[in-house]
Amino acid sequence: MSASLMQGNEAVAEGALAAGVRFFGGYPITPSTEIAETMAKLLPKVGGTFIQMEDEIASMGVILGASLAGKKVLTASSGPGISLKQELIGYAAEAEIPAVIVNVQRVGPSTGQPTAPSQGDVMQARWGTHGDHSIIALSPWSVRESFNLTVKAVNLAEKYRTPVILLMDEIVGHLRENVELPTAEELEIFPRRTPKKSRAEGYQPYEPDEDLVPNVANFGEGYRIHVTGLIHDETGFPVGSPKVTENLIRRIHEKISLADDIIEVEEILMDDAEFAVVAFGGTARTAYEAVKACREKGLKVGFLRLVTIFPFADKIIYELAGKVKGIVMAELNFGQLVGEVRRAANGQCPVKLCAKYDMTIFEPEEIIASIEELINEVNGI
Amino acid sequence: MIERSYETYFRQNRLPHLWCPGCGNGIAMKAIVQAIEKKGWSQDNTVIVSGIGCSSRASGYMDFDTLHTAHGRAIPFATGVKMANPNLNVVVITGDGDCTAIGGNHFIHGCRRNIDLTVILFNNNIYGMTGGQASPMTPLGKKATTAPYGSIDRPFDACKLAEAAGATYVARSTAFHVQHLVKMISDGMDNKGFSFIEALVQCPTAYGRRNKIGEPAKMMAWMRDNAVMKNAWDKLTDDKKIGEKFPIGLFYKAEEETYNESYKHVRELANH
Amino acid sequence: MKSEFTLKLERCKGCGICVAFCPKQVLALDKLGKVYVADQEKCIACGQCELRCPDYAIFVDKVKEEKK
Repeated sequence: MSASLMQGNEAVAEGALAAGVRFFGGYPITPSTEIAETMAKLLPKVGGTFIQMEDEIASMGVILGASLAGKKVLTASSGPGISLKQELIGYAAEAEIPAVIVNVQRVGPSTGQPTAPSQGDVMQARWGTHGDHSIIALSPWSVRESFNLTVKAVNLAEKYRTPVILLMDEIVGHLRENVELPTAEELEIFPRRTPKKSRAEGYQPYEPDEDLVPNVANFGEGYRIHVTGLIHDETGFPVGSPKVTENLIRRIHEKISLADDIIEVEEILMDDAEFAVVAFGGTARTAYEAVKACREKGLKVGFLRLVTIFPFADKIIYELAGKVKGIVMAELNFGQLVGEVRRAANGQCPVKLCAKYDMTIFEPEEIIASIEELINEVNGI
Repeated sequence: MIERSYETYFRQNRLPHLWCPGCGNGIAMKAIVQAIEKKGWSQDNTVIVSGIGCSSRASGYMDFDTLHTAHGRAIPFATGVKMANPNLNVVVITGDGDCTAIGGNHFIHGCRRNIDLTVILFNNNIYGMTGGQASPMTPLGKKATTAPYGSIDRPFDACKLAEAAGATYVARSTAFHVQHLVKMISDGMDNKGFSFIEALVQCPTAYGRRNKIGEPAKMMAWMRDNAVMKNAWDKLTDDKKIGEKFPIGLFYKAEEETYNESYKHVRELANH
Repeated sequence: MKSEFTLKLERCKGCGICVAFCPKQVLALDKLGKVYVADQEKCIACGQCELRCPDYAIFVDKVKEEKK
């Protein structure tokens, strides 16, 4: 494919199609609407289906139905819409239905600042729906990575049969860059899992495979399965048993926590770093500039970019905190993911929050100032 | 005895069902599988989608691909199933609270799209699973735990709602009129598009007892005595449509393009 | 008309619908609240009991006289 100028949101749509998504259900909301608009245009060209639903909950429900009928599915929204979708994100976690939910974050709470960027939904991505559940959340920092991470999100949703949140922000969603997208041959696509047994051989839809993920049959394939949001055993039917309840809740956590191909970070200028900046998404672009500027000043500052937000990179942050004298966590909110960084750092070094929540994006100088303050604090100046 | 053929449509190891003694849901569920049998739909090519509540536990007893969704959300899930695989026959089982309260928006929009689903609403006039709270279909003046002095909220007529919203098949029957109910459902399955059948069912536990209507058989006798076939109802003058009388039968039928058919045109235009 | 009843008592919840709608008072509930055939001879095999049983617990078949 030749290079073309496109938006992060458009790259998400292109990535979804490349990953095999053939069903999109959505509802208009700024700043994610371009994803729905692009899907509306492109999906019918490839035999796929686009449907605009009556509300955010319905657009979540329609993709889960389509996923169970065998399609790879995606929906996109922003803060207020994501709040409404939480009900069925929980359903997807409980009933183990592959689905990707894109959140192009804007300023909240409530209607907030609809056209302005934020990273204020980062902890909602982890804990937005009720009950104990696992989740995967990925956050791109460029247009090209929006494409890549959408492909990765779809692959992970299929592989682990889980909802995956693609945590965009208005910065990256509306960013235009000249990108060259990979060809189909260059991409690795994870196909829908299939049953390994027939009904006669005792197939159970929720019997976990070796990787703890069940091979749930698609509807219409003759397995006559039952899917429910109630706690269920391997047969898929609800059971009021403490053991079954405990086993299911543990398994939907462990299938993700024990996996080794989900967590991804990028380290830049870290080899000799004495201090580190941690950031993700659109903020990472400014943080990277700030780190480079510090290097020009002779400060030994490195950069760690979180690509996978959840499951959180506990081990990587723990090791980082053992290596450097201090960490600056820059995020476009009142201070959310910093709590995870502090928890993982486990007191090995100070973790300073560089927060911004005034509807504007970071300037490099603001992050540089935080880094310098941290260096001074550590050095007792 | 020769085993009844409709029994093959039940998951035998899940029966007996969890509904209270005398609950009409069992009658309505049997009517649905008898309609499916009449249509000759394959168990491997038919999906039953339900919401949450007493009615919606039916999916678990029916030997098809079955989907017990979240409260009010059966129609969006079913829409996804049907759009993703138009070859599947999709039946929705819902209740009066599920369909017309928390799922009300999905209900009218499913009608509007004329998506090819057969939606059967088990109307027991109450939230049974949670112990008898008023629903949007609790009649005026009837008691519920949340309407201890009688309901003041004017109820929905779900059939009128479905017709106004664009459903292309609308009918009502009751748990007393079993053969009629089977016919209303199977005729709805014949219709290409959004078919809506309201099945009046008795809830002796959470509705009948509180409203002193009596035991299950008395509630069904009430259906027998008050339901009026559509043809006869239309001939009644307004002064005769009194008391608790209500019409049953086919209320509306129209030929309209289904949503799946319409989307085929979208695909053709997109590739033009 | 002779008839033959099949009762699946594990399904019967004793709601009394079959008893109430039997036009010939053939059926009754026992002391434990389950259905039993009280007066088989009166049965006309109309099937009203089976038709409205919400629990699929009672089945009635016609038996041809000449068989006996």
